This record gives sequence, structure tokens and C-alpha cells, in this order.
Amino acid sequence: MSQSYNRGLIEDFSRWREFSAGMWAWIFHKFTGWVLVGYLFTHIAVLSTALSGAAAYTNTIQALESLLVVRILEVGLLAVAVFHILNGLRLLFVDLGVGLEAQDQSFYASLILTGVIVIASVPTFLSGVSI
Amino acid sequence: MSTQVPEQVEDESSAESVSPGKQKRDQKKRERAQRIQEQREAEAAEKARSEDDTYHLKVFRYDPEVPEKQEPRFDDFYVPYKQGMTVLDALMWARDHYDSSLTFRHSCRQAICGSDALFVNGSQRLGCKTQLSDLAEPVRIEPLPHADVVKDLVVDMEHFYDQMEAVEPYFQTNSLPDGELDEQRQTRENREKVKMSTRCIWCSACMSSCNIAAGDNEYLGPAAINKAYRFAMDEREGEDMKQRRLEILEQEHGVWRCQTQFSCTEVCPKDIPLTEHIQELKREAIKNNLKFW
Repeated sequence: MSQSYNRGLIEDFSRWREFSAGMWAWIFHKFTGWVLVGYLFTHIAVLSTALSGAAAYTNTIQALESLLVVRILEVGLLAVAVFHILNGLRLLFVDLGVGLEAQDQSFYASLILTGVIVIASVPTFLSGVSI
Repeated sequence: MSTQVPEQVEDESSAESVSPGKQKRDQKKRERAQRIQEQREAEAAEKARSEDDTYHLKVFRYDPEVPEKQEPRFDDFYVPYKQGMTVLDALMWARDHYDSSLTFRHSCRQAICGSDALFVNGSQRLGCKTQLSDLAEPVRIEPLPHADVVKDLVVDMEHFYDQMEAVEPYFQTNSLPDGELDEQRQTRENREKVKMSTRCIWCSACMSSCNIAAGDNEYLGPAAINKAYRFAMDEREGEDMKQRRLEILEQEHGVWRCQTQFSCTEVCPKDIPLTEHIQELKREAIKNNLKFW
């Protein structure tokens, strides 16, 4: 064979406009998965302040919860977790071979449901915080 | 154009009551007049359309053997539209009228040979099965992604064929029928089960669309796994052979590499439910290895 032209990384990353539902579901699932792994570390870090006494733990939690950024991040965390759970259920059905023809609809459904749950949670998460 | 509207067959069964001969003749006469009228109108419409209706193609060009063409570029072709024109028809027109060096594979023009899988407007499609009228302009035609380009729209298929061969894509069995001339019968249910998987035309559209196959050259790819499914699910091959096929499939770069992005199922020109087949083979592989004792 003659030498051939390698179209390189561009072709892998610049096609996102043309992605279909299944592809977006995969990308979001990967992304939310990594976010949750990252959150786990901060989660452990915050919880382990309890090792140096109950007061230290309470102070840390109170200090964090008084910040608006933390509240907003919590909403984001909920969004990420809910999507990961719902899409995980979708993938479970895909693995069982159930409803593969409707895989795109189930992805859209999990997106919409995530949105609804997140919006409904906003008042709870943002109550009692001063800017 | 390859497709021609067949001549309308006269309906002989109508008009059987009063003076059937006369009625029939009148009927025929009227129909013929109408048909000629319609034909004229269609021709006029066709002519009017072909005068101003052209399709704008943007075609990927690259030729490693000519120094000036080593830098890939897009060429613009304006092809006059005819009703029923496919992407392949347009490419052939462009080649025949503008640039005879435009290179692409094609053969049967009826979605059976699997030669002309192209990347058209951001999706893997068969050129001969894609109507121009379904596409937004400009129609962007590129060679299949994730494959080495040999020239223009021609990609190197060697790797794809290697993967296909790796799953032994042919019928093998240890349990032959008794008589020498006996047929190897398949039950209707079993045939129905493998029906869709037999449709594969080896066009490589699925392999090209698969994100995992792009990053992992050892991954068998959707087409090869589908081929393996076709034989693993064929009851006539027997248990030994199914075992052997599952051993090939459950290797590290076999079925487990699939992450159900559904890209292959989306682009398959023969509508094979590839992801479904891969998932079923995953379950078969698990069942095969699960032992309760």
C-alpha cells in the first residue's frame, strides 16, 4: 500500500455536532462517573474532620454550608448523581436486552427527569444562605 | 440514471358490464391520454428543475502520488439534480463530467456489494442508498473516518477484513447428517433469529462509526461480532462449535469492549441491530462461564 493520509485527532473530537443520542449518553455517563469519583475524595476529606473532634466537624460543615458556591455545587452534584443513576438504569436494561429500540427515548427521558428533579431541589438547597 | 420508472401495466380486469369492448377501449384511450399528459408535465417539470436545480457537493480530495495533491483539500462540484439521484450518482456525474481523477469505490449501485460506504454530511452512509434530496447542502462527502485514506474517497479496508476473518465467518459443524446427500435443515425459528445478522454486506460503516474500534485496533468491531453471532446462534453448528466461537468472542478485545454507544446500529445501511446482537453475545458468554457447584 502506498503511504496513507492520517486525518489525526481532529476527526475524533470535532464531530460532536453529529453525535447521536447513544453517543451523548455514553459521554455524559463517563463524565458524571468521573465527577462522582472526584466528589468521593472531597467527601472523605470533609467527613474525616470528625477525627479531630465533634466541634471541628460541625464547624467545617457550617462554614461550607454558609457559602453560596458550595450550595450551587451541591445542586450540580445532585444533577450529576441523578443522571448517572437514571442512565445507569437505562444501561441495565440495555445489558438485559430490553427495549433496545427505545434506547434514545430512554436517554432523553433520563435527561428530562434529571432536569425536573434538579429544578425541584433548588429551593431546598439554596434556602437559608446569605450571599 | 440507473433507475427508470417501469411502464404502467394496463389493468385488464376493469369494465366488464355494458358493451365491454367499447367501454374498455374508451377507458384505455382516456388512460393513455392522461398518461401522456402526465409524462409531458413531468418532463417539463424535470427540465425546469434541471436548469436551476443543482446540488453542491464538497468532496474530500487527497492523492499521495501527486506532490501537489498531498495536502488534503475539499473540491466543490455542482451537479444537476435528477429525480431519484443518489450520492453515488452525483459522484459519478462529477467524475464523468468534471474530474476523471476523482476516485471512489462502487460496483452494484443497489446496496448489496458494500463498496461505497462514505462519510456523508457527518454520518456513515452508503452512497448508492442515500438520496440527495434527503441531504442538506452543501453535501459534504468524505472517506470513512478511522481508516487510512489511500486516495480521495478510497480507504484501506485491510484491517476491517482482518477483523472479519478473525471470527471465522463461515459455517462449520461437527455433526453432519447421516446420509451423504442429506440437507442440513434449520428450524424456521432459528432462521428467524439469525435473519437480520445475515444481511451484513461488509461495508465497514459500523466499524468506522465505532468510537471504541477507533481507539482500540484489536477490538473485533461490530461487523465481525455480528458475523460471529450469525454462526454462534446457528443451531446446526452444534455445541462444540458454539463453545469455540464464544471463546474467540469473550477475549479481552472481543464483545466486552462494546460500550453500547449505538453508533453502529445507527449507521448500519442494512438496519442490523448490531448492539442488540453484541449484548446477546455478552450474555451468552456470561452464561457459558457461570457454573454453580
